[in-house]
Amino acid sequence: MPEGAAPILDVSGLKTVFTTRSGEVHAVNSVSFNLAPGELLGVVGESGSGKSVTMMSLIGLLPSPPAEIRGGTAMFDGHDMLAMSQDELRQIRGSRIGFVFQDPMTSLNPVFSVGFQLMEPLRVHMNMNKAQARARAIELLELVGIPDAESRLDNFPHQFSGGMRQRVMIAIALACDPQILIADEPTTALDVTIQAQILELVKELRQKLGMAIIWITHDLGVIAGIADRVRVMYGGQVVEQAPVRELFSNPLHPYTRALLETLPGFVGARSKRLRTIEGQPPSLDRQPTSCPFRTRCRHANDQCARENPPIRTIANGHDVACFWRPDA
Amino acid sequence: MFNFTVRRLLFTIPTLLFISFVIFFILDAAPSDPTGNLPLTIPPDVREKIRASLGLDQPMIVRYLLWCKQFFINEPLNLLDQWGLHLGDPDRLRVISFQTRSPVVDMIAERMPQTLWVVGMSYVVGVMIALPIGIISAVRQYSWFDQLGTFISMIGFSVPTFFTGVLMIVVFSTIVPRDSFFWFPSIYDTTLKVTDWASFGAQVRQMAMPVFVLALYNAAQISRFMRASMLDNLNQDYVRTARAKGLRERTVLLVHVLRNSLIPVITVIALGVPQVFGGAIITEQVFKVNGLGQLLIIAIQGGDIPTVQTLTFIFAVLIVLFNLIADILYGILDPRIRYD
Ligand SMILES: Nc1ncnc2c1ncn2[C@@H]1O[C@H](COP(=O)(O)OP(=O)(O)OP(=O)(O)O)[C@@H](O)[C@H]1O
Ligand SMILES: [Mg+2]
Repeated sequence: MPEGAAPILDVSGLKTVFTTRSGEVHAVNSVSFNLAPGELLGVVGESGSGKSVTMMSLIGLLPSPPAEIRGGTAMFDGHDMLAMSQDELRQIRGSRIGFVFQDPMTSLNPVFSVGFQLMEPLRVHMNMNKAQARARAIELLELVGIPDAESRLDNFPHQFSGGMRQRVMIAIALACDPQILIADEPTTALDVTIQAQILELVKELRQKLGMAIIWITHDLGVIAGIADRVRVMYGGQVVEQAPVRELFSNPLHPYTRALLETLPGFVGARSKRLRTIEGQPPSLDRQPTSCPFRTRCRHANDQCARENPPIRTIANGHDVACFWRPDA
Repeated sequence: MFNFTVRRLLFTIPTLLFISFVIFFILDAAPSDPTGNLPLTIPPDVREKIRASLGLDQPMIVRYLLWCKQFFINEPLNLLDQWGLHLGDPDRLRVISFQTRSPVVDMIAERMPQTLWVVGMSYVVGVMIALPIGIISAVRQYSWFDQLGTFISMIGFSVPTFFTGVLMIVVFSTIVPRDSFFWFPSIYDTTLKVTDWASFGAQVRQMAMPVFVLALYNAAQISRFMRASMLDNLNQDYVRTARAKGLRERTVLLVHVLRNSLIPVITVIALGVPQVFGGAIITEQVFKVNGLGQLLIIAIQGGDIPTVQTLTFIFAVLIVLFNLIADILYGILDPRIRYD
């Protein structure tokens, strides 16, 4: 991370609540983080920890109702995205913030050609005419490594393999040269070799284009390979964030430590059995008043049940939300 | 696609021949007697002679082949004659109605315009109402508009047209005073010629009630299909992608979602066209529209086998044809479908 650079995205105190028939779901609770220009921020956490909802809240992609953003600010380029109208957000989406989603098999519209879908953001945001958009679309397909781009433009999504489709999704997200690319588990649905190829592609594109990336994943191995900084989420909160080396060498939160232990052969000697994290994910039906991880935590004490540990900076760029300290 | 269409068209020939035979066979097996409506004073041997003069003394298969020759060979040749292309002897035998002794095809041609206007118009109106209602109901799911739409389609769906039709007549032709703007004629007048604005107005008025009754019925079904199909698609991942690209909500809905949602709905609409002709029989009867449906009813009552046979066969052709059209449309709309 370029030290001291002003963040391009600064989120603080984001709260998102879903109102469902069976009550409220507090999916995101006071989440704060920032993103420096050109930085690659990895976001990890188990399923349901609020990774996707956090990102979707920022750019107004959640259906409302049921979703409601109860508080927080998200400063992007000097403007608060959470206070923007849908129309203002729409102009940011796809042009200055690009999105790649998990499932490339269903994320493209089956009845329109890949070229049409790729040209749409160009025509909407950059006011290109058909010919200009087409030329740029060919360029983009070549950029993401699709051979024979010109003729592939008129193909339909079903004529592409999963990995190819994800490349197309990346091309769509990058179409208007965004400052931020948000990738929500972009490789989860792909097999391992394709996953490696996509990772290579993203690394390469980052070198070339220099945008900041938020990379959401379950896979700590992926994070270790590409991220500058890591944010760990649990129960709709950020429980720890640190530069990637620091996090892997000196994890502070018991959940992060447990996560790393579940990684085969990552820390210390290889354990005989694969480690798991016992217990259930927390219920999100109200605002947390205690540590959401305490029922699964080996180090929990009375204080954890009384109050929710606030996130605090421990060392340079290393924040954690826990009362317990490893060497204490 | 072209090969597929040609192949399917060729395949329809034996299908339709088979259907025509089945229709003929069933009509023959039915206990209907074309002399049944004649006065009882006519003695049996005279009746027998009348039957013989209608060709009914021949075995079934002979009569069937005769009908085939008349319908598939003589009628098309006759049509060519009318267009000034003369082939063979112009004195050929056409399909003749038992009741009126006039060619069945001419009777159908006379009645086709009324059916096309009333029934066709009601289908077009129905579809045009149904699609927007379905779309809005899906986009604003559970809103008052959606609830109202659900309620009205439930009525349109479950109340038969012979009830709504008669109800409309009771209200708009009898209760409403004759000189009121809201009075509508209950009988369709075929002799009315549209020559000026006044007669055009009269034509619109006499079409209004049957068209409304049938349109309500059609719209009820199609709007439900449209709504369900839109709802299916609204939750798809590609919709989120479209929004994430920063497209206008209108574009997302009316380009991305609608195009996908229309695929099954258009198939349903195409398949519904022949059914509309059948379903209109009752409405034509209620409003005295002398269209194809009414012709069929009269022919059935009079044991007029050639007319019933020909009309039923034409309905069968429509069904087979619109099945093919539905398949072709499906292939055009959905790029994932490849027929060859
Ligand atoms: N539309 C919705 N209505 C109600 N609750 C929702 C909705 N969308 C998400 N949630 C809830 O929000 C919480 C966070 O979901 P989110 O999708 O952010 O998890 P995630 O961390 O991205 O998980 P995954 O790794 O499985 O993608 C979950 O408990 C989920 O049940
Ligand atoms: Mg997710």
